[in-house]
Amino acid sequence: MHGVRTRQLRLSTLFLMAPAIAQIQNQPDDGQWPMPAKNYASTRYSTLDQINTGNVKNLKLAWTFSTGMTRGHEAAPLVVNNTMYIVTPFPNVLYALDLTKPGAPVKWEYQPHPSPASQGVACCDVVNRGAAYYNGRVYYNTLDVHTVAVDANTGKEVWNTKLGDINLGESMTMAPLVVKGKVIVGNSGGEFGVRGWLAGLDADTGTIAWRAYATGPDKDVLIGPNFKPFYESERGKDLGVKSWQGDTWKIGGGPGWSWISYDPGLDLIYYGTGNPGPWNPDMRPGDNKWACTLFARRPETGEAIWAYQLNPHDVHDYDGINENILLDLNIKGQTRKVLAHPDRNGRMYIMDRTNGQVITAEPFAFLNTSEYVDLNTGRLKVNTAKVTGFKTVRDICPAAPGGKDWQPSSFSPKTNLIYIPHNNLCMEFQGVQANYIAGTPYVGANVRMYAGPGGNRGEVSAYDPVNAKTVWAVKEDFPAWSGTVVTAGDVLFYGTMDGWFKALDDRSGNLLWQFKAGSGIIGQPVTYKGPDGKQYVAVLSGVGGWAGAVVAGGINTQDGTAALGFANAMTDLGKHTTKGGTLYVFALP
Amino acid sequence: MRKLAAAGIAVLALISWTLTSCQREKRELRAAPVRRAIYGDAARQSELQPGGPQTEPQVTNPDHANAWSISEGQRLFEWYNCVGCHSHGGGGIGPPLIKKHWIYGGQPANLFDTIVKGRPNGMPAWGGRIPEYQVWQIVAYVRSLAGEQPFAATPVRTDELEQKPTTIHNKVQGETR
Ligand code: HEC
Repeated sequence: MHGVRTRQLRLSTLFLMAPAIAQIQNQPDDGQWPMPAKNYASTRYSTLDQINTGNVKNLKLAWTFSTGMTRGHEAAPLVVNNTMYIVTPFPNVLYALDLTKPGAPVKWEYQPHPSPASQGVACCDVVNRGAAYYNGRVYYNTLDVHTVAVDANTGKEVWNTKLGDINLGESMTMAPLVVKGKVIVGNSGGEFGVRGWLAGLDADTGTIAWRAYATGPDKDVLIGPNFKPFYESERGKDLGVKSWQGDTWKIGGGPGWSWISYDPGLDLIYYGTGNPGPWNPDMRPGDNKWACTLFARRPETGEAIWAYQLNPHDVHDYDGINENILLDLNIKGQTRKVLAHPDRNGRMYIMDRTNGQVITAEPFAFLNTSEYVDLNTGRLKVNTAKVTGFKTVRDICPAAPGGKDWQPSSFSPKTNLIYIPHNNLCMEFQGVQANYIAGTPYVGANVRMYAGPGGNRGEVSAYDPVNAKTVWAVKEDFPAWSGTVVTAGDVLFYGTMDGWFKALDDRSGNLLWQFKAGSGIIGQPVTYKGPDGKQYVAVLSGVGGWAGAVVAGGINTQDGTAALGFANAMTDLGKHTTKGGTLYVFALP
Repeated sequence: MRKLAAAGIAVLALISWTLTSCQREKRELRAAPVRRAIYGDAARQSELQPGGPQTEPQVTNPDHANAWSISEGQRLFEWYNCVGCHSHGGGGIGPPLIKKHWIYGGQPANLFDTIVKGRPNGMPAWGGRIPEYQVWQIVAYVRSLAGEQPFAATPVRTDELEQKPTTIHNKVQGETR
């Protein structure tokens, strides 16, 4: 009798949960980690729960692996078929580690030998954000603008496609997303006056199936008859030309170094474009489309379905490249298919991903550069006092790296919260003449950053996307420049720039466990089920990136404008950490 | 008569041609492209000298370390976007230039070589883009960043954003690597 009642109860809970299973955030999970964001919805949520709030305090180091490199390690390790794949910063070596053997020895190593000169066109350290596994191959980008496909079993190169030119200031740092047989990749170089693009490559052969530019005529942007943006301001012919002066769109930026998400139901990929060039906005009158813009496109053709410009005529280097987490949420009694995009401008955009309508756009970080987003026109109401140009403007918050930069958030369907690693930085900005010399920086700004209100330079917060408000926030001394991952064990993991790898209670933000790594952590933590059935947590340490260039690049902080002004905010980082890349893997004893 | 007029025109043309070419000649003399080979290639990159020390070829910056060339160098450092990769000497994409310990040598000839030939890990080769006399002016400025030029000749104030003391997070000053 008792048994029957439980079964009935289970059945009814199952029934209650049935609509939930259909939600895009409830992704199937086999305990592997095949792409940096874990799944197409980009939730970075794992259903593994062996490690939980009760036992995480016992977490111990299981094994480590040295990359032997000293630049910023931003990549997520991948775990597929009991093999771990790690991409290093330049020279972008790919390691396969055998998880079935004690200590996970190297199975094979692949060296793409990118051009050393490409290090000169990497704006913000020679980082790489990882690879993507798809149908027996590992795909990733090299700094010198190649995409490579490597056989996941043998480490043999299957194809290697050159996509751009370092002599035009192009580089590549993003992680591809592979959808329906297309490897989708984009360029970096918003600080070099590149013309931004996103491209779809045939996964089998590496041939370029489509390329969608971020500036120029509609045919180059792949805007056609099916393009139906929600707001009036995004409609019209060739806005990628008309919203610029003369032919400045040709060196107008909008690079595609973005995170990409995919909704199989709607058959749409989502990504945002980077900043327009140069930074000094007085040199590029107009809205500068399609820089700082979210796009929905078809994965097979690249065709644009909708677009929404987050920061028209960007005046603060607020790239739109941050992650888009796809969620089906009940908002005001209605189930809405949304995307959650925490933008550089400090606002969390909750948007209808079917059509590009903004539902809410409330701050998740301290900001004074904008007042609100007009929900009728979709336009950001900019605070004119903080508009930059040929002048010096002080106390601009957030600073150029934004309320948050590329460091990706996670979402737990258990708590319905988004866990955002972010910055608390402000800046002073002096616009100067920018001189375009192909292959050299095209910025036109002297910047100096410093800690925002409170003095802490970073924060990790839990954001409720339905009620559009922050639920809890934890202060970090340095910018929280690593990704977060959250699990069914209610544990949130992330690393700090001074080298602490932390586990927090995802409901309260309470610190449950921490470990001091050899170097600051700016990588993306992952968790997986090992061949022994145990849950592991892995993260790369190795400080660097834009925020950590002070240490990784040996910056002289006497010059506050060094590293595009980040040096000024990070003068003391060298007292807290040193450089060097190591993978750390943890498990319960 | 016609012949005379034609001869007169020819003479006039010759005179004006010589005059303009004199001016051009002047400019070219200043640029003296041949120096690149002499000064640049002689720059020693290693302290190790097989078979014992040899006399180091003395290379001096032909523009000398005067206030004019240093301030011109400072202007050109912005103009050619050196500032985009090295900031105002603190570094970024490229290494800092406010320092005593150079990867490729800090003597004028080393710096000349660095700029003209480029360096493998991302320093562009500017040879053929920047006139040689300007390269020397930039060399003079770069050395002034490291405090290697007479104090009196070094520009007092740079044109960059002025530091606001309240925004310095942690005053680590006077650091040289
Ligand atoms: C596109 C970026 C870029 C630009 C523009 C650039 N540099 Fe560099 N520079 C670098 C990089 C990267 C290195 C390090 C190269 C290496 O280690 O091989 C470097 C190295 C140097 C060095 C050698 C430092 C040492 O320790 O030996 C000097 C000097 C230098 N640059 C001066 C300049 C000057 C002067 C200009 C402008 C004419 C300039 N750079 C423009 C990226 C750049």
